[in-house]
Amino acid sequence: MNRDELQQAVIEAIQVVAPEIEGDEIDADEALREECDLDSMDYLHFLAALKQSTAINVPDADYGRVDTLNKLLDYLQQAGSQ
Amino acid sequence: MSKIIDVTMPSLGADMTEGTLVEWQAKPGDTLNKGDIIALLETQKGMIDMEVYQQGVITELLLEPVVSVPVGTVMARMSVAGEAARPAAPEASYPVAQAAAIKSPPVTSDQSQQTVIPQPNRPRQGLLASPVVRKLAAEQQLDLSRLSGSGPEGAILLRDLPANGPEANAAGSPDPAQAMRSAIAAAMAKSKREIPHYYLSLEIDITRAQRWLADFNAERGPEERILLLALLLKAVARSLHKYPALNGYYQQQTFTPNSAIHIGNVISLREGGLVVPAIHDVDQLSVEEIMVRLRDMSERSRRGVLRSSELLDASITVSNMGERGSDLLFGVIYPPQVAIIGIGKPRKTMLIKDDQPELAEVVTVSLAADHRVSDGMTGARFLNALANKLQKPEKL
Repeated sequence: MNRDELQQAVIEAIQVVAPEIEGDEIDADEALREECDLDSMDYLHFLAALKQSTAINVPDADYGRVDTLNKLLDYLQQAGSQ
Repeated sequence: MSKIIDVTMPSLGADMTEGTLVEWQAKPGDTLNKGDIIALLETQKGMIDMEVYQQGVITELLLEPVVSVPVGTVMARMSVAGEAARPAAPEASYPVAQAAAIKSPPVTSDQSQQTVIPQPNRPRQGLLASPVVRKLAAEQQLDLSRLSGSGPEGAILLRDLPANGPEANAAGSPDPAQAMRSAIAAAMAKSKREIPHYYLSLEIDITRAQRWLADFNAERGPEERILLLALLLKAVARSLHKYPALNGYYQQQTFTPNSAIHIGNVISLREGGLVVPAIHDVDQLSVEEIMVRLRDMSERSRRGVLRSSELLDASITVSNMGERGSDLLFGVIYPPQVAIIGIGKPRKTMLIKDDQPELAEVVTVSLAADHRVSDGMTGARFLNALANKLQKPEKL
């Protein structure tokens, strides 16, 4: 998946828990959970949906590395290329 | 030997006065077991799967959906085994329903006749919408046939209507967010008026609990991970065994402890407001099982379908604000319960252990409890017991 496709997958996974969020509303350099108002349960549902569509598992220990949309996309690109 | 019992519109909280039958999920002749779903309701607390409370065969359905009726209105009749027959609606272990049923006006024959009259002005065949929706649509001159409904068979529900304009609110229209706000206000005003609250808090070291969770979650995918809340709920449930004065119902000047530990969980809805569905018998569940219930509940709260029993019988409430919350929460007890536990946000700090500073993770847990039933010392001992339980997460 290229970055645009990954971004599309991320937005769709967010919309599973937060249907009202539009992709262009998210500031890609701000805290993603704040931007999308995701509590910890929402965040787990989001990561599960993302894992389904991209086959990439973001482990618990890496939460700090994916806390903005841009950082998450970097992470997914890197994980996808391995 | 069998006998016929009434199935009535349940009360899902001391503040609920009426509910809307959206759809029957069973028909005359069907055999239902305790806990089976007989109907889909729309209430101030969202969409509810209405369960039956004993086994029997449906003999009659008395209302035609979609229709709103007061709490206590007979909706259907069931034939149940004679010897074991008990009252149709929630029995003794569901005191909230009883309290509200007593409070709500008795259903006279006039009223019940009114309520069973089908809505006369169904705009067209095949278009389902509740009376409230029709009223709002008429006021706002909305064409219902141009809206898509999210209810069963495309029924148009309150949540499918476009946001109400300021004019609509000024006219006193029951928009859903306002209906839920009123329901919360009624319950909380009753609590503040009647319950002499006392408040305590304790900072609890959760370093070990967090380490245990990190280990547990390390190799697991997101769908199998456990949140701190599941561990906290288990610790709360196990600690409550020795403090029955915090777990039960206060009604008619009498406190009745509940032998089972049903914990209500405050879930904030994205569109505003909250629901407090209960997990039953939390002390009997493993931490993993509690997490499964939490996941399921949060998903169903979001889709807006909870089960009636979940909203009926919590014997204590836990409000967890999570990582984005505040350090300390001062809870308001949900009557007829007698205690609410608040969990602040986990934070790192330095603790002094054996006279040495040590980096630790802590959470401030609060307790608001009913002074008619317990004293501060009881509450404090409970909080300390909870803190101790959390030092051995592997044993929970």
